[in-house]
Amino acid sequence: MKIEVTVNGEHQSYDVEPRMLLVHFLRDVVGLTGTHVGCETSLCGACSVMLNGDAVKSCTILAVQADGAEITTIEGLAQNGELHPIQEGFWECHGLQCGFCTPGMIIAAHQLLERNPKPSEADIRRGIEGNLCRCTGYQHIVDAVQYASKKMTT
Amino acid sequence: MTPFDYHAPKTLRSAMRLVQAFGDDAKVLAGGHSLIPSMKLRLAAPSVVIDLGGIAGLKRVTAGNETITIGALATHYAVESHRLLPSKCSLLPETAAEIGDAQVRNRGTVGGSIAHADPAADWPATMLALDAQFDIGGPDGERAVAASDFFVDLFITDLQPGEVLTGIRIATPPENSGGAYVKMRQSASGFALAGVAAHVTLDDAGNCASVAVGVTGVAPAAYRARAVEDALVGQGIDAVADASAHAADGVEEFQEDHHASGDYRAHLARVFTQQALSQAIERAA
Repeated sequence: MKIEVTVNGEHQSYDVEPRMLLVHFLRDVVGLTGTHVGCETSLCGACSVMLNGDAVKSCTILAVQADGAEITTIEGLAQNGELHPIQEGFWECHGLQCGFCTPGMIIAAHQLLERNPKPSEADIRRGIEGNLCRCTGYQHIVDAVQYASKKMTT
Repeated sequence: MTPFDYHAPKTLRSAMRLVQAFGDDAKVLAGGHSLIPSMKLRLAAPSVVIDLGGIAGLKRVTAGNETITIGALATHYAVESHRLLPSKCSLLPETAAEIGDAQVRNRGTVGGSIAHADPAADWPATMLALDAQFDIGGPDGERAVAASDFFVDLFITDLQPGEVLTGIRIATPPENSGGAYVKMRQSASGFALAGVAAHVTLDDAGNCASVAVGVTGVAPAAYRARAVEDALVGQGIDAVADASAHAADGVEEFQEDHHASGDYRAHLARVFTQQALSQAIERAA
């Protein structure tokens, strides 16, 4: 069936099967492979994207449910070749090792900082609790979000 | 997922028509955070999916002096972040904040969770403790059911074929009342191994004029711990410990799996009842 979506500012219409998941739509139809397929059971958060301003797990949403929506993926965060402050934070603070969880982590952090620009360490850990990382032990991710928070509020 | 036809009605009226036309072949989709996982596992394989997500009127949350209303399609986050609920009925945002994670709360809905009736879901306990009324639309018009009559068994509710849960109504608690929700999360899923919601209203002497306790995760369906309530009415905080010992009385069959035995869940129910009631009474005073 026909859907119209705006992905990272680009409005387009697509023809999709009703059972196609949003994450597969973004990766296989739109061609944006920055959003990862992890657990596919809404636990790991690797597939997180912004849907009409809300961070969501795109493995637990049908593409047809996104008809008319605005979607931002990890590819949509950098502007004019400049990393988003959260991306910069992950770079500067070594907030990743293998990088598989990173796009979802950054989307979760993005939502957190929108709602709470100056989060405490506990707020950050709670904000990213829906995202699993098996490399870092989370400490450097928390540092990265704190870096971004500082940069975005000063 | 097996293939299905997808319908996205824009009004409740057209949704109801579709639900009645397709009958048992159809499943109603709210936030999709129970139905889509079930469909991936082929535990559910509807040939028609009717998505209520486009019906704007079902997403509203209002908090008046008399009544709190939660549209069936309101997200957990809409309740968690509502401006007025912390002062009108803090038990609601407190429960919402305990569900899943930020992304799940952005998408999952209160009505979807209630209609799905997972035995470990959080909302049933709180809806029981707040004596919520559920508004249901169906082929014969509308009806309302009390939460205490709604949760029947494992994933089974009072919803009949062709019916749709449309909203939740709760009487706004009076001044001298308070509530609390205490839960142990299954650490991978975030669902409740056991969860207890308590709500009390105090009289002038500081004793409980009314008590309601909802328990989830322990039995096939969430239940009101009536024996606890009966033991505590007219009593004060000193009676909480003894009353809480009855939190699993009358449960004939316990939820039991590799995460927690039935005995352990019953134990948690008693401990959390004591904690939730103590906090509720302190907040009411």
